[in-house]
Amino acid sequence: MILDGKCPTGPIEQTWDKHRFDLKLVNPANKRKYNIIVVGTGLAGGAAAASLGELGYNVQAFCYQDSPRRAHSIAAQGGINAAKNYPNDGDSIYRLFYDTIKGGDFRAREADVWRLAQVSNNIIDQCVAQGVPFARDYAGYLDNRSFGGAQVSRTFFARGQTGQQLLLGAYSALSRQIKLGTVKMYDRREMLDLVVVDGVARGITVRNLVTGAMESYAADAVCLATGGYVNVFYLSTNAMGCSVTANWKAHKKGAYFANPCYTQIHPTCIPQAGDYQSKLTLMSESLRNDGRVWVPKKKEDCGKHPNDIPEDARDYYLERKYPSYGNLAPRDIASRAAKEQCDDGRGVGPGGRGVYLDFADSIKRLGEDTIRERYGNLFEMYEKITDENGYKRPMRMYPAPHYAMGGLWVDYNLMSNIPGLFVLGEANFSVHGANRLGASALMQGLADGYFVIPYTIGGYLATVKPGQVKADHPEFKQCEENVKAEQNKFLSINGKKTVFEFMREVGGLMWENCGMARTKESLETNLKKIPALREEFWKNVKVTGSGAELNQQLENAGRTADFLEFSELLCRDALHRNESCGGHFRTEYQDAGEAQRDDVNFCYVGAWEFKGAGKEPELHKEPLKFDNVHLAIRSYK
Amino acid sequence: MSDHKTMTLTLIVWRQKNASDAGKFETYTAKNITEHHSFLEMLDCVNEDLIHTGKDPIVFDHDCREGICGMCSQVINGAPHGGQDRTTVCQLHMRKFKDGDTIYIEPWRARAFPIVRDLIVDRSALDKITQAGGYTSCHTGGVADGNAILIPKPIADEAMDAAECVGCGACVAGCPNGAAMLYTGAKVSQLALLPQGKAEAAQRVTNMTNAMAECGFGNCTNHYECMAACPKGINVKFIARMNREFIKALF
Repeated sequence: MILDGKCPTGPIEQTWDKHRFDLKLVNPANKRKYNIIVVGTGLAGGAAAASLGELGYNVQAFCYQDSPRRAHSIAAQGGINAAKNYPNDGDSIYRLFYDTIKGGDFRAREADVWRLAQVSNNIIDQCVAQGVPFARDYAGYLDNRSFGGAQVSRTFFARGQTGQQLLLGAYSALSRQIKLGTVKMYDRREMLDLVVVDGVARGITVRNLVTGAMESYAADAVCLATGGYVNVFYLSTNAMGCSVTANWKAHKKGAYFANPCYTQIHPTCIPQAGDYQSKLTLMSESLRNDGRVWVPKKKEDCGKHPNDIPEDARDYYLERKYPSYGNLAPRDIASRAAKEQCDDGRGVGPGGRGVYLDFADSIKRLGEDTIRERYGNLFEMYEKITDENGYKRPMRMYPAPHYAMGGLWVDYNLMSNIPGLFVLGEANFSVHGANRLGASALMQGLADGYFVIPYTIGGYLATVKPGQVKADHPEFKQCEENVKAEQNKFLSINGKKTVFEFMREVGGLMWENCGMARTKESLETNLKKIPALREEFWKNVKVTGSGAELNQQLENAGRTADFLEFSELLCRDALHRNESCGGHFRTEYQDAGEAQRDDVNFCYVGAWEFKGAGKEPELHKEPLKFDNVHLAIRSYK
Repeated sequence: MSDHKTMTLTLIVWRQKNASDAGKFETYTAKNITEHHSFLEMLDCVNEDLIHTGKDPIVFDHDCREGICGMCSQVINGAPHGGQDRTTVCQLHMRKFKDGDTIYIEPWRARAFPIVRDLIVDRSALDKITQAGGYTSCHTGGVADGNAILIPKPIADEAMDAAECVGCGACVAGCPNGAAMLYTGAKVSQLALLPQGKAEAAQRVTNMTNAMAECGFGNCTNHYECMAACPKGINVKFIARMNREFIKALF
């Protein structure tokens, strides 16, 4: 099937304004008759719940953490982009649009990206009004920094904790609506099924993580803002609770999963120290503003103290390979370059899996105090984890899974192919194409939540009668029974391996065979090994305790079971896409290490339809058209 | 760095099945721990051993494991988050301990934080304080340009110092009165410092301090234990600022 993204036509500059006018409205007195469910309370979900509640809808918001303030958006460090052009350095909505399309390696929809760039400026104003303490200069004006993939300074920041401050802004707006009674908050709840009645999304099944009880909630629309899936690699920069579960359950109920093979491996993370490790820690891309990336030129030097390696024996490979962007080359390119150096035997640190990020030049130029003021918390974090002082010796970095560009397929209105099911933020596939630029995730989450869904959901609700299906509908009972049966199965297997052991194994397979570089062979290996591992899981997993209590092993068992299914789809998507683009690098398709796209055969969104357990999914395509930015080889040289 | 000398530790851990259970300490041994393990990774290892022997693993709150989400919450040897300066439990590493050490691990203990299970407590009282007024009442859309409001760097920086709070509740756990004054003071101060928050400053401090009392938190008697426990180093001067805002609101 050919999918239609329902993008508005006409001059790109007018698409969003025209579309907003064309959308039907729900009159203020009728809004309170509609119930909306929002799952996830990060930037996208928190902003959406607060804004929809303020408009007058009845909102029910859900999160698995103990408070909506803990969603993983909180961990974003570096900043948020906007086309304000405050530094007068040539930025514009058009340039942000252009950079994002190009940064995504021409695999995103033009209209969606235009809208994102257009509303980026409103986001900054909104956050300032909420009291987000962005960095300012002595005269009181907002400050900017540079980020990868752009030659203008358009990134707004709050020390190294921008995500935290933006999330607390959304959380404060949400708290206000909770107090006003427009939003009812359900914390420590995990969504374990999507309830679809006659082809329309009507509610969700959740597990109360404290009591273990199954609960059903009905609504006129369901918004998933449930984040990304890169914990499929086991070790990633995501929080421990991040999973594909909500998206996967929706997928199994009919929602198409788009471009799962587009995964972002972030270039600057603290290298792994041992097998026991539970997660990897990212160090903000903003560090590449002042840090220079290098490895020794000669393999023999790799074991030496970095400060003993003279200048002319160092290979500043990003500056060498990409002179016009240098250390601020985009993430996919910087990550691949790091892997290339390490594969060449010139990596540093344990296992030769690391490159140096060196601040010596900047400290000489600006002084240690300036560097401390800019990145102090990051240097502190680095020292806590590695016991090394980044001011005195270069930091060691290695790429790590960080972000999912792929996600559930949505049209221009952020509605999936299931009517009534909307998908926001990282959970959808929409704007980042095959690679996301730094400081654009926060922008997308808040754009979707504050400035897109409040309009587009009205266009849908205006066409449906409120309250058609209630939680006493038999389908809700059926979903609860199905979830309970799965939980009982986990508990009854009583095998020999823990949930963590399985997750480590599938994550290892994904990183090894479907990570920064993929080949036909490596992907086919995974397509054999993953089903076998999944089979073993269902025979040999051990989950202690019961379902009627707080049981973290049971929670993880469900998430792992879903990753064991999803990982196969990711590999299948990667195998079908016979090209390299952005974060998807197929070794067979390259031009001296640079990704080689195939626009003739693959200039489309690949959206997969679930066809039943163990059956091959069906691929649907949405062709991508580029009327404004011309398809070109993406170069940062 | 890779000379993995391993440690063996004795853990004395609070176990409590649910809110109504009496709870008690249980003793466990943590083996093969290296200096590079984080504290939570050490507990992961203990839990894996427990599961293999068919026992219920130790339940604890955690999520981001990089010191920012505020979910992790353990009192270690009597100190919330383990007593390392400006460090959450998840960022505490085992190099701070020695082979053979005995470590006591308990949940946050405060009247306003009922225990849910083992090391997990219910901190929804902190959300209630925020819901009472920890915001500016701006609407989505219809706000001024970000640069229309000038906020000189020293003020923006001080607001940011207050805004760094991760809402973990260590300040409450550390306080002999179980007070949430540092948590509340930080939010009141952040918004009172900024022009955007001034319009509602009086109402905000009144509502938030009322909520604090209703939720069963104690009051401040200047022990400064909250500041010592705070993983973000939030300064007690923000409690002083809240008190000033409170008095101002009376007139």
